This record gives sequence, structure tokens and C-alpha cells, in this order.
Amino acid sequence: MKKITGILSLVMVLTIIATGFSACGGNGDADKNTLVIGGIGPLTGDYSTYGVSVKQGAQIAVDEINAAGGVNAIKFELKFEDDETDATKAVNAYNTLMDDGMKVSLGAVTSGACIAVTEEAKKDGILLLTPSGSQKECTQYDNCFRICFTDPQQGTVSADYIADNLTAKKIAIIYDKSNDYSVGITDKFVAEAAVKGLEIVAKQAFTSGTSTDFSAQLQQVKDTGAELVFLPIYAKEAAFILKQAKTAGIAVPFFGCDGLDGILEKLGTDNQALANGVMLLTPFAADADDTKTKNFVKVYGEKYNGQVPDQFAADGYDAIYTIKAAIEKAGINDINAADFNTKIIDAMTQVTVEGLTGTMVWDESGDASKDAKAVKITDGTYVAI
Amino acid sequence: MSFISNLINGLSLGSMYALIALGYTMVYGIAKMLNFAHGDVIMVGAFTMFTAAATLKFSPAISIIAGIIVCTLLGVIIEKIAYKPLRKASPLTVLITAIGVSYFLQSLALLIFGSNQKSFPMLFNFEPIRVNEDLILKSDSLMTMGVTILIMVALTLFINKTKTGRAMLAVSEDKGAAELMGVNVNKTISITFAIGSSLAAVAGLFFGLTYGFIGPYTGAMPGIKAFVAAVLGGIGNIPGAMLGGILLGVIENLSKAYISTELSDAIVFAVLIIVLLVKPTGLMGKKINEKV
Repeated sequence: MKKITGILSLVMVLTIIATGFSACGGNGDADKNTLVIGGIGPLTGDYSTYGVSVKQGAQIAVDEINAAGGVNAIKFELKFEDDETDATKAVNAYNTLMDDGMKVSLGAVTSGACIAVTEEAKKDGILLLTPSGSQKECTQYDNCFRICFTDPQQGTVSADYIADNLTAKKIAIIYDKSNDYSVGITDKFVAEAAVKGLEIVAKQAFTSGTSTDFSAQLQQVKDTGAELVFLPIYAKEAAFILKQAKTAGIAVPFFGCDGLDGILEKLGTDNQALANGVMLLTPFAADADDTKTKNFVKVYGEKYNGQVPDQFAADGYDAIYTIKAAIEKAGINDINAADFNTKIIDAMTQVTVEGLTGTMVWDESGDASKDAKAVKITDGTYVAI
Repeated sequence: MSFISNLINGLSLGSMYALIALGYTMVYGIAKMLNFAHGDVIMVGAFTMFTAAATLKFSPAISIIAGIIVCTLLGVIIEKIAYKPLRKASPLTVLITAIGVSYFLQSLALLIFGSNQKSFPMLFNFEPIRVNEDLILKSDSLMTMGVTILIMVALTLFINKTKTGRAMLAVSEDKGAAELMGVNVNKTISITFAIGSSLAAVAGLFFGLTYGFIGPYTGAMPGIKAFVAAVLGGIGNIPGAMLGGILLGVIENLSKAYISTELSDAIVFAVLIIVLLVKPTGLMGKKINEKV
């Protein structure tokens, strides 16, 4: 017993020392003219590809800006916390970042977590710029902006894209009824499909409790003779669908939105062929020809073991450059000035950013307007179509 | 034609439930306890095969055997460490312990493999079988059904024809009397756990092959469904577990196909409630008069 008490007290002493050190580290940074940008997103868990991509993309932008001497003598620093897509954890992460001196928040990577964070950011009055929170409420307050498309936008744009560019007229939808993101896109898609003369032959739902076995839904797709399956869902569930479609001998093309980005990682190296022919709506294609994209893909690959960036990485990168643009527009040179928050938020509706994901401008709603592109997956790479 | 496909998909899903339900029902019949960690043994089996085949690059046959051996040992060890000391304790204590073991296994897998889903290795090459334009059969479904039928026949023969099997029947009927007649109760319970867990490993294999991806919580939902199947068929009754599992799979898949994909679980549980209202011991359960 004595021994255990001894070990316990040793552990406690060590913990106290460790906490003491980290607290010191936190205070030291706040004095300098370094803008702490706080990111929150899933770095572990089923949806971790989204968070990791955003973090890596944003880090490249931060490094580039700092290497060029910062903006108006302000250096950037990115701090990123894991929320596992959980709203409560996201709010905790937000508070941790505020303690670490965060001045601008990248909100959260996924919609549910981001909405929870907007409430906190509103109280503190800081700029929130989410790279990928696509649900409408992610920009519900005046201080909140986003880089990606909104869910309703994605539904409408997807239907437009299919009607205008593809030959398929009979569409089946498989969507996640327990997920607001999926339901939001589906509703707008169905409405726009009617306008554009697309026929919805099957609308098959699943829920978070029934997201493993899709044999009934796929059989329905086959029976209705659908020419294309619209998948407004996340990559995790889509991986199950692609695998089962193959064993069931169903060769209908699939079309998805930003949630499908990361499907190659989810499928794993053995199954890359399953994604062949899958199309997805994305504002970013890694094989695009412009120098900006080429450079980003090159740096990203060098820094992260040859990984190819997806749209989440591009969103993260663009978010950092948008913050830079806003600082330049507002002429801020002291991040500790009392009017920092109001100045940078006002500047957001005045900037035009030519990013990796297109040329963006923002209005009062906080939503970016830009063009959509679609890519087709061929042998493990995204090819623009 | 699509009805046949849906029926086969349902039978295949039901076969998986039946394999798992057998483990629940045998343990309940003999040890009179609900082993809620049983679902997670499936996950352990799937991860063992994943590690053997994908990480250590063993051949499919060796990987599958490794998975079955690990699960069999795991079942026996769980029984020895967690349940045997509680043989005389109240059923509630044992139930809580089983839930604890379940969480332990899930958390252990989470620590070792992380929470990302893993792609299960293709141990066999499953090409769809094209009977004609309308009817395409999934070869993984056919294999699941075929192997399950074989296992069930073997298990029935084992229980009714061998000495060990009859000892299991004797213990399930009356533990005290069996002991007086010279049956080694502890050994019989260990064998029951070993058989149940090895069947769970086979179910884990089929889960991995059919759905392609596994994670630390892979076993949770099939485990619950299989428990429902065991109750539906009459818990403690081996043919009942087979019938319950297969019925559950077919009902689930047909209600998904013809009624509603969202309500399939609600329909499954509604069927369970109706069956239990009409026949409280389950479809094949026997009524046992308790002496006061």
C-alpha cells in the first residue's frame, strides 16, 4: 500500500510539473505580434480525413505566408484541436484555443460541430471562417463566414451539373436520413431535378443505425433501371455502398458531393478500383492545370509523404489566405488593437480572393459564391471532367 | 426476380445472425447468463483475421484458422476470468460484468487499431454470379448461407450424438443433477464458451467479407440483433436460435425492400414484441414450470 501511494504521489508531482511548463509556453506566445488562428476538426475517428486534410492544407498556407515575412508584419500561427466531429468536444476545443490566445477561428470542419462553435464565437465577437462547415447555420451570425458551398447550394448545383453535362436522366438517391447534411442536399436536389427534367426513380434512405447493409437499397436501384446514383452522404458509408455494389454486380455510376471526398482513403489501398468512375462535385481538382494548384499539390506531397490534397485541404489553404486578404484590406498591423475584430469582420464582405477553390466573394450571409467543378475518379486519382 | 435476390440477401444476413445467436443461446442454456460480450468476440475475430492476412501477410486459410483459434481461447479466458468467479452470484451481477467485458474489448480494439475503419482483406475473390439479366446472385451471400447450414448440421450432430454434447444438454436441464451423475460442469461450460466463440469468429469472417470494412464497434449492432434472434427463437434452444436468426434477417431485408428502409429495425422489433406477447417463451422455447 505504501508503495502504491508513493507511485501515485510521484505521478501527481510529475503531472503538476508538466502542466506548469505547458501553461508557461502558452503565455509566452501571446505577447508577440503573432496571430493565433484556431482550427477545430476531427483528427481521429471515422471522419478524420476531413480534419487532417484541412489542418495540413491550412498549415501550408501559414508556412508560406510566414516565409514571405507575414502580412503587415503580422506572423500567423495555426493551432489545431481534435473534436472527433462531436459538438461538445468542439466547444471544449474552442475554449482551449481561446485560452491559447486565438484571435481568428476556423470554426469547425464538420457542420454539427461548427454550429455549436458559432454560438461561442458570437459571444466573443471574433471572426469565424469555416473551411468546410456546409450546413446553412454554420454562418448564422454576422461574424461567421465560410469557404465551401452550402448544403442547399450543393444539392442545386449537383442537379444542374448532372442535367447539363451528363446523359443520365433516371436518377436514384441513397441518402442518410439521420444526417442533416445529407437530408439538406437531398431536398434541394429533388426540387432542382424536377425543374431540370431529371426523373427521380428511387429515393432510398438509411439511418446511422442501419448504415452497414445496403443490399436492399442497391437491389432497388437495379430494379428501377436507374442510370446514375446520387450519393449525398459521407465517405464512410459510401465505401460500404461501393463494395456491396460490386459484389452485387451493379455497375451504375455514382455521383456525390463534398462528403464523398476522402473516399479513396476510406476504401484503403486494396480497394481503389471500387471508386473507378465515381464522380463528385468539388470546387478543387488536384490535377487542374493552373500554376497555383500545381504548386500546392507539389508542396503538399513533399510535406505529407506524397499525399494528394483533396478539397478539404484546399478549403483550409484558402481559409488562411482569406484571413490574410481581410487583414490587408482592413489595413491591420497590430493584432492586439481594440478594434481588430470589427475591422477584420467588416473587411470580409469587401475582399475578393482568388483561391484554389475558385474566385470567391462574400455577402452579408457569410456564404462564398464561386463556380462548381466535377471530377471523376480514375485509378485512384481525381480527373477533371 | 428481384424478390429472389432480396430473399437471398435476407437469408445471408439471417445466417450471420443465426451463427451469433447460437453463441448467445448455448451460453444461456448452459450457464444461465446473458453474455453481452459475445457480439464483440465477432469484432475480435474479424480483427485477428485482418491482422493475420493484411499485416502479417499469412494465407487466407491460416488467417481464418488464426481468427477462430484466438476467439475460441478468448471465449474460454473470458469465462474463466470474468464469469466463473461469479457462478454463485446474482444474475444481475453477471450481466453487468458481461457489459463490462464488452466495453473492455471495444476499448482495447480502439487502443490497438484506432477508430478508423479498416478495409477487410479479400480472402476470396467474389465475382457476382449472373444467372440471367435480371437475376445476379452475390457469391458471398451464397457462401455465408452454405457454410452456416453445414455448421448447423455439424452442431446438431455434435450435441445429440457425442458424449460431450449430451453432457451439455444434461447441464442445461439441471446443473445439480448433472454434477451428481458425474458430468464435469466446469469443463462443459468452458466447452460451450469455446464453441460459441468460434462460431462468432466465423460470423466475423462473413461480416468482413460481405461488408468489406471493420471497426472497433463492428460487433455491437449484429450482437444486439442476434440476441433478439435468440429471444425470438426461444433463448436456450439451439434450433430456435437458427430459426430466429434466419427469420430476423429475412424480415429485416424484405421490410427494407418492400416497406421502408428507415423502418426496417422498427418492424423487426415489432415482430419480436408480437411473438413474445403470443408466445412468451419464443417460437421454439419450452415452458418450464418452476417449483416454488
